[in-house]
Amino acid sequence: MEDIQQEWTTVIKPKGHLLDIDFKEIWRYRDLWRMYVKRDIITSYKQTILGPLWFFIQPAMTTIMYMVVFGGIAGISTDGLPQPLFYLAGICMWNYFSECLNRTSSTFTTNADIFGKVYFPRLVVPMATVTSSLIRMAIQLLLFIVVYVFYLIKGVHVHPNLYLSLFPLLIVMMAGLSLGFGILISSLTTKYRDLTLLFSFIVQLWMYATPVIYPLSVMSAKRQWIMGLNPLTSIVETFKYGALGTGTFSWGMLAYSFGFMLVLLVIGIIVFNKVQRSFMDTV
Amino acid sequence: MPTAIKFENISKQYRLGLVSTRTLSHDLNRWWQMNILRKEDPYLKIGEVNDRAHKGSSEYVWALKDINFEVEQGDVVGIIGKNGAGKSTLLKILSKVTTPTTGTIKAKGRIASLLEVGTGFHPEMTGKENIYMNGAIMGMTRNDINRKFDEIVDFAGVERYIDTPVKRYSSGMTVRLGFAVAAFLEPEILVVDEVLAVGDAEFQKKAIGKMQDVSRGDGRTVLFVSHNMGSIASLCNKGVFFNKGSIAYIGDINDTISLYISEGARESVILGKNPHNDIYLQEIRIINMQGKTTNNIAYNEKVGIKFELGINKFISNATLSFILYDAKLNPITTSHYALSFKSKTITAYLPAQFLLAGNYYLKPVLHIPNVRFLDICDDYLSFRIEDSGSIYSIYNRSEFGFVNINTLWSENS
Repeated sequence: MEDIQQEWTTVIKPKGHLLDIDFKEIWRYRDLWRMYVKRDIITSYKQTILGPLWFFIQPAMTTIMYMVVFGGIAGISTDGLPQPLFYLAGICMWNYFSECLNRTSSTFTTNADIFGKVYFPRLVVPMATVTSSLIRMAIQLLLFIVVYVFYLIKGVHVHPNLYLSLFPLLIVMMAGLSLGFGILISSLTTKYRDLTLLFSFIVQLWMYATPVIYPLSVMSAKRQWIMGLNPLTSIVETFKYGALGTGTFSWGMLAYSFGFMLVLLVIGIIVFNKVQRSFMDTV
Repeated sequence: MPTAIKFENISKQYRLGLVSTRTLSHDLNRWWQMNILRKEDPYLKIGEVNDRAHKGSSEYVWALKDINFEVEQGDVVGIIGKNGAGKSTLLKILSKVTTPTTGTIKAKGRIASLLEVGTGFHPEMTGKENIYMNGAIMGMTRNDINRKFDEIVDFAGVERYIDTPVKRYSSGMTVRLGFAVAAFLEPEILVVDEVLAVGDAEFQKKAIGKMQDVSRGDGRTVLFVSHNMGSIASLCNKGVFFNKGSIAYIGDINDTISLYISEGARESVILGKNPHNDIYLQEIRIINMQGKTTNNIAYNEKVGIKFELGINKFISNATLSFILYDAKLNPITTSHYALSFKSKTITAYLPAQFLLAGNYYLKPVLHIPNVRFLDICDDYLSFRIEDSGSIYSIYNRSEFGFVNINTLWSENS
């Protein structure tokens, strides 16, 4: 028919296939991703008295709190490491994950205004969030390094080893996990707002199920196995193992976490993609 | 000209009521029916035509129903209709913000919408950064913007402030910047939803000029939604008139506008009882000196507007107003009357020898000034002033304007 001869470049249809995800389109919008990252950075520094200093203060205060509560009062072991070093290592990793998760999980609700007016691949926004959070992570890591060097000079036995080179992979895995989980939450909460409360509760508890304030080695073997089901366990443990030389490391657990991340990310993207097409009618 | 956009059976269904009533059980029922029993969507059938004024029995409503039309390349199409007629829904579907419930839109070329003022602008970022941000949101790459950057800045007229955060800009400057980015986006199809209502007069002229260049010079297609018949008439060549989610008329823009205005414009509007409002408009009539309902009034006579109000509960600050429009729906004046006691019948008189011969429209509004609207009449009342021997009738020219005022002339010796 006539339709076939004419070249339609845009076709808008009611419902796409579940797996109808336009990655090429996301790639075309890579400059938007860049601008979102830039915007996040600009806006988190401007009009604050202490500027990026906040990123130091927050982990420093948290570390002190943990030293008092968990190290002091509860007397939880830190695997023979100085408490500040041990806690900071966990905090740096956990903070990146939780910040990404918190920010990506409200993608739809915080951007409802702009999403309601103009179309672009919505996935660009959480992807930019995960990227710009790296800056904050880098600053916290700097604090970690300062403390680290301090203890090295003091002669405390920390044993950085080759496994530290896995660090970029750990970051990618955390980014993937938080992105996958965050967009999944975001998609579900546009429709059923009551789920927001549930998820914020889960994230709060999640930290205690991750070896942030305690070493995995204090657990019995059976409990360690259960803890290993948490995909973040091996990531945090691997970082501590590589940087500090204590803790546990297993390729199997790391591979499990990696697989977990991939599955979660795929599910997250599929659900997010489905919701983005119609969320303006429900938000 | 070849077809640029083709709308095929576009329908859009919305669910009324609060978002929070959206329940898991409703959704589970729907899922069960569709995916397990392989039945049709149980909620799709019970929708009805969208009519704001009457409360429907179903909570599902068709914002658009079976829209079929084609837009030729290079057309500037004005989309008109009352509030809630489905105009904005159509543009939202076209710009992919939401999806249609049924039907397909096929288009040739890139579709971009002119965004509302400051959409995607971040106040902390500079003008330059916002140009890149805004451009990127609308699908431009960094290279696209680099190439057009100077033109954009020039068009917006903000060279001096390009490195200043946008929060220091006046609202006019922000609009100019926003429009400039969109204007240089150069999409094949541009979608505009009443954004030109903002910005200063000089800029509006510039923006409209730019839009005409866009459509005439390069054969681009523009879809324009506005309630301002003046700008629609000057900008568009084709018109689509939406009524209750369907197309009532498609054709030449002037025919469409006059149809839209005359539709529902009568010498009397009877709205009936309304138990939901405290104070509401029940009946409005145009009357002559004898108190007879008419839409033809002589120049030498007063124009009477008789309002019948329904009062369930008296509100102390309630004000009755009407807006008087010319034949192109440009407002001429507004008049207000603060309701002081529980009188249900109020008559307003426009003085004799005030309006010049021609067609006029009138829209009554009940409101608490600057607080909220109590009731608005959706239809226009229309009447015609017949020249019964005014001083103007001895001249041939028709561009007199609309009103006669008692100018004081004097001769200086």
